Amino acid sequence: MANTKTPQPGLAKRESAPADPDLWIRMYQQMVQIRLFEEQVNDLYKTARMPGLAHLYSGEEAVAVGVCNALRRDDYITSTHRGHGHCLAKGASLDRMFAELLGKAPGYCRGKGGSMHIADQDTGNLGANAIVGGSAGIATGAAMSAKMRGADQVTVCFFGDGALGQGVLYEVMNMASLWKLPVIYVCENNLYNEYTHYTETTAGELTARAKAFGIHAETVDGQDVRGVYEEARQAVNRARQGEGPTFLLCDTYRYYGHHVGDIQRTYYRAKEEEDFWRTERDPIKLLAGWLVEQQVSDTVTLDQMMADVRAEVAAAVEFALAAPFPDVSEVDQHVYA
Amino acid sequence: MSTPSATLSQTDAHAVREITLAQAVREALAEEMRRDPTVFIIGEDVAEAGTPFKVLSGLVEEFGPTRIIDSPISEPGITGLGVGAAMTGMRPVIDIMFGDFIGLIMDQLANQAAKVHYMSGGKLNVPMVVRTTLGATRRSAAQHSQSLHAWVSHIPGLQVVLPSTPYDAKGLYKTAIRDNNPVIVFEDKMMYQLKGSVPEGEYTIPFGVAGIKRQGTDITIVATSSMVQVALTAAENLEQIGISAEVVDPRTMFPLDKATLIESAKKTSRAIVVDEGYERYGVTAELAAVIAEGAFYYLDAPVKRMGAMDVPVPFSPVLEDQTVPTPAALTELAKTLCGRA
Ligand SMILES: Cc1ncc(C[n+]2csc(CCOP(=O)(O)OP(=O)(O)O)c2C)c(N)n1
Ligand SMILES: [Mg+2]
Repeated sequence: MANTKTPQPGLAKRESAPADPDLWIRMYQQMVQIRLFEEQVNDLYKTARMPGLAHLYSGEEAVAVGVCNALRRDDYITSTHRGHGHCLAKGASLDRMFAELLGKAPGYCRGKGGSMHIADQDTGNLGANAIVGGSAGIATGAAMSAKMRGADQVTVCFFGDGALGQGVLYEVMNMASLWKLPVIYVCENNLYNEYTHYTETTAGELTARAKAFGIHAETVDGQDVRGVYEEARQAVNRARQGEGPTFLLCDTYRYYGHHVGDIQRTYYRAKEEEDFWRTERDPIKLLAGWLVEQQVSDTVTLDQMMADVRAEVAAAVEFALAAPFPDVSEVDQHVYA
Repeated sequence: MSTPSATLSQTDAHAVREITLAQAVREALAEEMRRDPTVFIIGEDVAEAGTPFKVLSGLVEEFGPTRIIDSPISEPGITGLGVGAAMTGMRPVIDIMFGDFIGLIMDQLANQAAKVHYMSGGKLNVPMVVRTTLGATRRSAAQHSQSLHAWVSHIPGLQVVLPSTPYDAKGLYKTAIRDNNPVIVFEDKMMYQLKGSVPEGEYTIPFGVAGIKRQGTDITIVATSSMVQVALTAAENLEQIGISAEVVDPRTMFPLDKATLIESAKKTSRAIVVDEGYERYGVTAELAAVIAEGAFYYLDAPVKRMGAMDVPVPFSPVLEDQTVPTPAALTELAKTLCGRA
C-alpha cells in the first residue's frame, strides 16, 4: 500500500515576505473567483438550470492558481474533467465559461463542449478532457511542438491521481525525459479516484514513477498557493531553459462530491475528513490569514474583494442564462476543418 | 457457441415480477456468481460504489472484494488481465464504465481476445465478458455518449450483445457468462430504470435469436437497444393511421439472426433499420444489406436506415437532440416508405 501522510492543519513556515504583494492579492482574487464560480455551478445544477453534470474544483484552487501564475499567456495547459479552475486560472472569462456550461452560443465552444471540454486558444488552453489521462499525449505533443518550432513555450499537463493508472502517461513521460521536452506534469492528488481512495489503486511512491524516467519530481502542499507557485516557477524555468520535464505532485482535496450529483459520500469518505480539510486546510483561508499576518492586506479589504468577485460571478451567470442557444443548424458544423 | 434453435427454459414462469434493467443485470451476474465460483467482476468503482450507475450495488457485500474487484483506472490493463484469466480457467466480467472507453481496450479485444482461440488451433478459449454502455442524450458530451458497438461487431471472434429489456438483459447475460468466447455487452445507460417483466425462475436466452417485440404486417422496423423503445412508440403512432408495424430486435449483433430479419421483411415487404450508432459504415448498413440480399424479390421499397448523425455528440441539449433518431422522425420515414407521407 502506498504511503498515506496525515495532513497537517495550517501552513508550513515559509521564509520570505512577499516579493510582489500584488501577485499574492491577484492569486487571492483568482482563488475566490474559482470558489464562487463553482458554488454557482452547484446551484445551477441543484435548481435544474444546467444540463448534465459537473465536477467541481472547490478546495483545489491553490493548485491551478499557483501553477498558472507561473505561466505566460502563450504557455499551454491541458485540463481534466475537473477543469473549471484550470480554465479560469489561465485567464478564461466567467461569462463565457458559464455560457458553455449551459450549452449556450457565446460559450467557449459554442455549447458543443460543455463542462468537461472547455478549450480556449487565446489563453493557451488546449482543452479539458473527459478521458482520464486523455490529455497526457496532447500536452507532451504541444511541448514537443514548442521545441521543434523553436518557441520557448512551456506546457502544463494537469491530471488527477486517478490518471496515474493510465499507461499512456508513462509512454509520454519516457519520451519527454528522453527528448528534454518543456512539459510539467501536475498531478492533483485529491486522495480519490472517483469513489475509491488512491491508496487502493496506486502502488509504491507516486513520485518514484516520474523519477524512474529521470524526471525531476517534487511534492508540494497543494493547499498553500505560495508553495505551489514557487515550485511551478522553478519547473517553468527549467523547462524554458531546455532542462526538460518536471513532475509536480500536489496534495489537495475536493470539497464536493466527485460530481455535483454525488451527495451521499459517507460510504467512501468520512464527514470528519471533509470538515478537517474545509476548516484547517482551506487554501483561501490560509492565504488570507497569511496576507493579514504579513500586513499585505486586512480582512476588510479581503472581504470587499470577495464581495466584488461575487457580484462579477452573479453578473456572468445572468449573462449566460439570458444568452441564446446555438442554432440547430450548427450541429454538423465543425466536424471537419 | 450457443445454438440459435435453443428455447427458453423457464422453471417458474408463473412468478413474474416487474424489475428494472439495472436489477436484471445485477440478478443475472449474482446468480451466475453463485452458480460458478470462477466468475468474478473487475472494474473501476464496481465494489462499494456499485458503479456510477449503481448497477452492481450490493454484490461486494455478498461476494467480497476478491470477486468484486475495484481496479485502478487502467482499462487496457484490466482487459488484458481478463484475457489471461479467461485462458486459464476463470470467467472474468470486465466492467468498462463508458462505451467510449473501448478505444482504450481495442487491442486487447481485437488482437488478443478475439484471436486466441483461432490462432491456437482451437486449443485455448477466452470465456470473458466485457460489460459497457452506449447511448446519448444524457448531456454528457462527445466522450461519454457514443454508441460504438459496430467497432467490435466488425471483429471475427467477438460476440456482441445489446439487450433492450430487463427480460432480455437477464437471459442474455446468463448466456454470455456461460459462453466460451469473448462477449461484449452494451447497456443503454438511459434505460437502466426501464421496468419490465422478468420471471423469478432460471432462464437463458440464446445468442443469435432475434426478439419480435411487436407483430405487424405492413412494415418491419429492425431496432437495437435504445432504439427498440423508439420503434415501439413509432409503431403506436403508425397504428393510429392504420399502418401495422412489426418491431424486430436482433438482440445480438453477432451471432446475427439473419433468418428472422429476412422473414419479417418478406412478410411486410418494407423495412427500416434503426440503431443509435453512427450511421455511416455502421450497424444499420450491415443489417440493411442482410435484408436487401435476403428479401430482395419481396420488397416494395428500398431498405431505409436511421442511425445517429455523423457528428461527435454535442453537449448543448438543443444540438444533442438533433443527433439521435426520434419516434417522430421514424414515424415520418415509415409513412413515406408506405406511401402515406
Ligand atoms: C479512461 C477513463 N476511465 C474512466 C473514466 C471515468 N472517470 C471519470 S473521472 C474518474 C476518476 C478520476 O480520478 P482522478 O484522476 O483522481 O481525478 P479527480 O476526479 O479526483 O479530480 C473516472 C474513473 C474516464 N473518464 N476515463
Ligand atoms: Mg483524484
